[in-house]
Amino acid sequence: MEAVMRQTWAFLFRGYHITRRYIGWVIVFNFYALVTSATVALIGVAEKNYQLTLTLIVGALLWNYLSRLYEEIAMSIAYERWEGTLEYTFMAPVSRAVHLLGVSLFSLLNSIVTSVIVLLGLMLFTNLTLRGANLFGVFVVLAVSTVAFVGLGLFAAVFPVMSAERGAEATHIFQGSLLLVSGVYYPIDVLPGWLQPLSAISPATYTLSACRKLFGVANENSTAEHLAGAPLSAVSHELLVLALMGAIILPLGLFVFVRIEAWAKKTGKLKRTG
Amino acid sequence: MHKPAIHVRNLRKGFHKRNGFRKKSEFWAIDDVSFQVMPGETYGLLGPNGSGKSSLIRVLSTLLIADSGYVRLLDFTLPEHAEEVRRIIGRVSVDAAFYKKLSARENLLYTALLYGQKAREAERRVMEILEQLGMEDTKFSTPLEHMSRGMQQKISIARALMINPPLLLLDEPTTGLDPKSRRDVQSFLEDLQSREGTTILLTTHDMAEAERLCARIGFLAHGKLVAEGTAEQLKQRAAAATLDDAFIKLTGEELVEDPEEMALVED
Repeated sequence: MEAVMRQTWAFLFRGYHITRRYIGWVIVFNFYALVTSATVALIGVAEKNYQLTLTLIVGALLWNYLSRLYEEIAMSIAYERWEGTLEYTFMAPVSRAVHLLGVSLFSLLNSIVTSVIVLLGLMLFTNLTLRGANLFGVFVVLAVSTVAFVGLGLFAAVFPVMSAERGAEATHIFQGSLLLVSGVYYPIDVLPGWLQPLSAISPATYTLSACRKLFGVANENSTAEHLAGAPLSAVSHELLVLALMGAIILPLGLFVFVRIEAWAKKTGKLKRTG
Repeated sequence: MHKPAIHVRNLRKGFHKRNGFRKKSEFWAIDDVSFQVMPGETYGLLGPNGSGKSSLIRVLSTLLIADSGYVRLLDFTLPEHAEEVRRIIGRVSVDAAFYKKLSARENLLYTALLYGQKAREAERRVMEILEQLGMEDTKFSTPLEHMSRGMQQKISIARALMINPPLLLLDEPTTGLDPKSRRDVQSFLEDLQSREGTTILLTTHDMAEAERLCARIGFLAHGKLVAEGTAEQLKQRAAAATLDDAFIKLTGEELVEDPEEMALVED
């Protein structure tokens, strides 16, 4: 058990020191996340429509959290290929579950930091108040949806295992598709009819729907000074769907990753470079 | 009679190569290779680019699954006992493969934690190894990207030995090193072998290195092990004055040391 703790810590240790060494880029990425979120939120401010502003703010905030979480996990294999360390990680006596747990924990910390920066920034750019929002409920929904998004990240992480050249591109295509169909900045019923069924299978759709209710978006009692966040019971349907998705996607993602790793070892795809 | 530390029998590994749209051809990277390495022995594999040396090392490192054949490292067969094998091997590859922005200390502590070791104990052992390799401890906190290739390779050797492995797989560890670093590494490996009795499988292009370090040598060409024996036996068999000539006579190939070409062939 002690050894497993050290192995999990290894990925946090590595992530911390890489972040420290690339601090300039980390600042740039977080600055960019903040500026793009503020740009979107200011559309609502320009319209002098508090509900629209809140809708956009919740979308930007949650998308920053979920997409960062997904991206860090999905790209973890691609990063190792770029660094040239992939073979050494895969020949270490660490189980794939512990490896991916370590990677996911670091990604989670990273996503939380980005989200806090974006939230604080948005409070400066808009007259955002969180008074009356059901923040505990938001925390519960995010915790449950995190499991599903870690699973999606694991699914997408197999792309760079399968193809050194095209894998990283595929993870971004997948991420972009989630942004498109999940109703991050607009209701999903504005999507073309043929795209709407995809919204139903994206965990982000349910996360956003639940969090908007908990923040008090579209609630006629919400005002710019005081939000009327819904109780947790009002989002029980979304929570149930997210929990089910997490229960299916996470183990399935791990299973698929392990199978693809075995395939890559048979075909010689597990190369250090790419 | 001791059991071999490494036992490879009738090992085969083929790859598909795409030749234009839809056309695929298969070639054997490792073609019916058999050899044994006894405990405490240093065994050398010599071969030109694309002869299958790196593929063989990658099979033994659990990174590649062979199509057929038998592989046993100490008491563990592959691919069934990959997890156990990972605990008993240390590997040094031709490229140092580190997080280049991180310091030597950070890279090595990461590896120690990955192997479930206590960081402080691992750090102490690493310092001893680096001292034996002639490296100043002031370099320990320098990012790897600021180190010469020779230094990086020394750190790579320290990483492989940090876990105290009974088996060491060295895939061209001195390729591209300056003469001094090359000599440092070779002397260290000699000391290690005599002091700790580590079993070493070494692939190299360097005939002098093979003669100096290896008790026995195997010649690989086109994935086949075409000859095996001590350096003297190989020279006698080929009626050649040097190991270089013996290699050319027995394999019909010449050894080329061109890292760029090598990378292309291995990929």
